[in-house]
Amino acid sequence: MMALGLSLKSIKHRGFTVILTVISLSLGVALLLGVERMRSEAREGFTNTISGTDLIVGARTGDVSLLLSSVFRIGNSTQNISWETYEKISKNPQVAWTIPLSLGDSHKGYRVLGTTADYFDHYKYGKKQALEMAVGVRFADTYDAVLGAEVARKLGYEPGDELVLAHGSGDVSFVEHADKPFRVVGVLKATGTPVDRAVHVSLEGIEAVHLGWDGSGGHEGHDHSNCNHPGHDHGDHEAGGGGMDRLAAIESELAGEDPNSLEPTEITAFLVGMHSRADAVFLQRSINTYKGEALSAVMPGVALQELWQVVGVVETTLLVISLFVVGVSLAGMLSALLASLNERRREMAILRSVGARPIHILSLVVGEAVLLTTVSIVVGIGLLYGLLLVARPVVLEKTGLQLGFGMLSPRELVLLGLVLLVGLLVGLIPAWRCYRRSLADGLTVRV
Amino acid sequence: MTRSSSLNAAGPAIALEAVRFAWEDVRKPTLVVDDLKIASGESWFLEGPSGSGKSTMLGLLSGVLAPQKGEVRVLGKRFDEMSGARRDRFRADHIGYIFQMFNLIPYLSVVENVTLPLRFSKRRQSRVADPEAEARRLLDHLGMDGLAERTVTKLSVGQQQRVAAARALIGSPELILADEPTSSLDEGHSEGFVKLLFDECKAAGSTLVFVSHDSRLASLFDRSYRLEGGNP
Repeated sequence: MMALGLSLKSIKHRGFTVILTVISLSLGVALLLGVERMRSEAREGFTNTISGTDLIVGARTGDVSLLLSSVFRIGNSTQNISWETYEKISKNPQVAWTIPLSLGDSHKGYRVLGTTADYFDHYKYGKKQALEMAVGVRFADTYDAVLGAEVARKLGYEPGDELVLAHGSGDVSFVEHADKPFRVVGVLKATGTPVDRAVHVSLEGIEAVHLGWDGSGGHEGHDHSNCNHPGHDHGDHEAGGGGMDRLAAIESELAGEDPNSLEPTEITAFLVGMHSRADAVFLQRSINTYKGEALSAVMPGVALQELWQVVGVVETTLLVISLFVVGVSLAGMLSALLASLNERRREMAILRSVGARPIHILSLVVGEAVLLTTVSIVVGIGLLYGLLLVARPVVLEKTGLQLGFGMLSPRELVLLGLVLLVGLLVGLIPAWRCYRRSLADGLTVRV
Repeated sequence: MTRSSSLNAAGPAIALEAVRFAWEDVRKPTLVVDDLKIASGESWFLEGPSGSGKSTMLGLLSGVLAPQKGEVRVLGKRFDEMSGARRDRFRADHIGYIFQMFNLIPYLSVVENVTLPLRFSKRRQSRVADPEAEARRLLDHLGMDGLAERTVTKLSVGQQQRVAAARALIGSPELILADEPTSSLDEGHSEGFVKLLFDECKAAGSTLVFVSHDSRLASLFDRSYRLEGGNP
């Protein structure tokens, strides 16, 4: 108590340097907490990219690459799976629902996803949150499109606008399906997942847009080597008039009442939801050993964890950097404390003369370090929440990352405890010097 | 003020016998005191030129240092047999100390500087009913009336030394050690300061040991002792 009272007065006396120390340390603490919070939110957001889905099924490939191509829409899947296989698996009695995914086209750098209405019913992200419409409705017609939040915002689309799909996934594609424009009918609410960056159309739409490609519909000799769109059947090229026949057939059907016949022959992948989650393992095994076609089935959670181990390195690096920042601030406190010892040499001798034991002197200096660290931690927490208050809407808009405004997590508390502990240890260095010196000096002060 | 302590009733306040203290080599002691007894309640002048071991002597008497050889008895207690921590506690309870200069802690007020020893000693605290009133009373006696509220850094050297004297005297410690407290005062002020110190020590019944190289003041004291350095 005696030490605290004197410490406070002594700190007040050296106000300026002390305030500088506290500012630098509390900024370090705020940065550490901010990075840790971003990190955990990013991880949470990442592992919650998809939820409620029990299996992702695609052509035989690695877990991570299937996840990347189907959920994150990064890279191209080189193989597709046949519609028959899809139908067969979706009719399995253990399967509750399936969502077919057909990728391969893009619009101004955003991936186009061909799927069914089941996507809106069963696709879940985060904590089993369903997709919601911000404006408009789901696609119903062949040439309807539903945009992810980011696509709509960045490109400034509203329901009623028309857009043209491009073949392949490049940012700039020279081959556009300009003759088959799509109409925006709805925009999804932001999810902070790759859904925000997708243009959703029906499988029929994907089929329809590619019909002309196989025949003589004005696109001659375009190079299909880079594209592996499941929608078209490349065999038809060689088959000569086969494409024409099919086009004719479908166009006649379009004119008629039956859009179902725009049934695809292949899809990129599909998502599976089980009646009972426990059955997923068995279905996964039987899909992986399926004789008819080389398939892979992965559990999203497992694949996400695997992928995070790669992606997470960046976040860990950030955390390490912010730990270094705190370390530097603590080193700053150390040098400020050491510098203050010289001017406090007299003070220590006076305290010794009135009966302070060397341990009092020690606790005076350590106490100051602990006090400054504690104050800095409190200020740092305040800074973090202040910053969150300001940055939350911006971060949400730019990245879709929902920064938590909640209490400090156990991990954050551990980090803060660590900072306090290091603060104490740092304080011991000048304190020990001071202790040794006050033993040697006694009551004589060599100024 | 009446003395409540009977600690040193039996013997002298200070008794040094065959004391040798060396900073480095025991064969070349900085301080040699074969026999020194200071009776309780007396005022002593310890005189010595620089290098004669004045600081060492004060270190021994205040219990900050322990001799390599010999006996140091303060108020009947063997310092040379006590641990450092016990000597610190003893100093807090029984000794008031005045430095040559820069006596005051700049971030404390005048009154807080005076009452500082009470924070470290329950014994001295128990002798003072109202610390602030006692501090003001001592300051008044030392001619500091009206200056109690001033910032310590704005006091003159002479005023600072008087505040230091008040701090040494508060809680009536049995022994007052003064390390050339007048060295930065001019002659007239020196004498005035010493006389004030005498008066307060008498009133409190404290023994005063005053160390200085300025032999002109020696005549004011009951007794004096000349410090001889070790073998240079």
